[in-house]
Amino acid sequence: MSTNAAARPDYRHFLERRSFIEMSARERVRAVLDSGSFRELLGPFDRIKSPWLPLQGIVAQADDGVVLARGTLDGKPALVAAIESAYQGGSMGEVSGAKIAGALERACDECSRGRLILPVLLFETGGVRLQEANLGLAAIAEIHAAIIALRRYVPVVGVIAGLVGCFGGMSLAAAMCTRLIVTRQARLGMNGPEVIEQEAGIEEFDAQDRELVWSVTGGEQRYAVGLADDLLEDDADAIAAAIRNAFREGPAPGRSTQIERYVDLLRSIDPNQPPDGKSLRTLWGRTPKP
Amino acid sequence: MSLESVLSRRGRIWFDALTDGAGAIESGLRSVRVADAALGGEIARFIAVVPDAQNRFPRARSGEVGLDEGWALAHQVRAFAESTEGPRRPIIAIVDVSSQAYGRREELLGIHLACAAAADAYASARLAGHPVIALLVGKAMSGAFLAHGYQANRIIALDSPQVMVHAMGKQAAARVTRSSVEKMEELGEQIAPLAYDIRSYAKLGLLYKLIEGIDADAPGRIDVDRVRAELMSAITDTRAGSSDLAGRLTSPAARKMRAASIEVRLRLAEQWDAHS
Repeated sequence: MSTNAAARPDYRHFLERRSFIEMSARERVRAVLDSGSFRELLGPFDRIKSPWLPLQGIVAQADDGVVLARGTLDGKPALVAAIESAYQGGSMGEVSGAKIAGALERACDECSRGRLILPVLLFETGGVRLQEANLGLAAIAEIHAAIIALRRYVPVVGVIAGLVGCFGGMSLAAAMCTRLIVTRQARLGMNGPEVIEQEAGIEEFDAQDRELVWSVTGGEQRYAVGLADDLLEDDADAIAAAIRNAFREGPAPGRSTQIERYVDLLRSIDPNQPPDGKSLRTLWGRTPKP
Repeated sequence: MSLESVLSRRGRIWFDALTDGAGAIESGLRSVRVADAALGGEIARFIAVVPDAQNRFPRARSGEVGLDEGWALAHQVRAFAESTEGPRRPIIAIVDVSSQAYGRREELLGIHLACAAAADAYASARLAGHPVIALLVGKAMSGAFLAHGYQANRIIALDSPQVMVHAMGKQAAARVTRSSVEKMEELGEQIAPLAYDIRSYAKLGLLYKLIEGIDADAPGRIDVDRVRAELMSAITDTRAGSSDLAGRLTSPAARKMRAASIEVRLRLAEQWDAHS
């Protein structure tokens, strides 16, 4: 028995690890913030629900699937917004979108007055909620605007843990973050595999081919080609530590401003002989750490 | 029918009409048109994404915002915003974009980042004080609109049946929601945010101006002069206001149709600081 244990040094760690993915949005926010500092804003008791879902015979949840909380990170004021994937696939409606945009706008206002608030976004979303269509899209544009404005004062830190991942207009929000943390179970893409298959045909993208899907949008792939900054295990403590670490550096513009770099990288691609996920790692890959 | 004959020419028509062939800037792409042309007493940068049947990315040949287009938009907006000294000059996004490019290559190579870069550039130019105006002359769909136009200070649109805003194309949205195009159109008539047409969109309070009575496909001199005047009026209004998007929540239409968006912000303000 003891020989077995010695041969598997990670076994105890694996057992003690708290899964972040299995947590609800509210539990995730608690796990990220300093212990005891969680104070929810617009919680379920405020009952601000989607005015549009009941018109379509859908029961509206009291928090519209977004948990907002103020609290602290290493004692510093912070704001965490988390999307609940169990409700409407984490989709962005008018209220859920306004909660994130409105909170980031307030944080930006505070920062502009010299009172820094550290913003964290826990993504888990398929993008616009089609039952609120244009109001979801408008809210996502306002989230983008708020991230760009806020990023001038503090790093904006994004986390994609899985299992829903981050898609649609919210994938742009993830790309605007100063620092993006992913797990191996995360996926990041603009168009979901099913939508691409529907729009462009199965020869363009076979959504059932899991290996293909992960080799394109999976967290490990995104990290390996430089489209995410940290690749972590599904471990709440490790994620909380990585978030704190991301704030040790000052504000920075993020990869959505690295125009020359990506124009150069794209120029070297021949669309008639496109790379697959593996060969893109060679072309765009990080320099291996010694 | 050839590909060209079914593609919208609106973007190209209005780009040519408003710039009058002046001040063309080479973007390196046939699909991204850029010109620095006179508007009122100043020079504005006009930008349009147009179909290019020879686009090197096959999934971006019908006027979609693809990988190259996203990065080119980002570059053209930033280059203009950063080169300007003195008064901040306007940027006009002429919007006729059918969607972002849907494809395997696009996902692999980070279309989300290319579109984010374009939106980022427009938002940064707006924050730096450049009046950014989106002129909707055709489709303003989904991620393509997020990349090209939705970060504008003011959005104005031609009142025309081909001018549409939505989160997803009709057929695709019907499939995803397991509904039919007919049912979706019916629902859109009852619930304004679900509709595609620009008149329904105008009810949401996100538009600064809906310009009626314009010949959108073959604009005459009077049409072009009227649109130019509306652009100038939007620029003047922008310069008198803030550099954020707060203006999208203040119109009577917004107070009615985006009441929940407003309430969320009011309640957030109440709860922001802890009460002991």
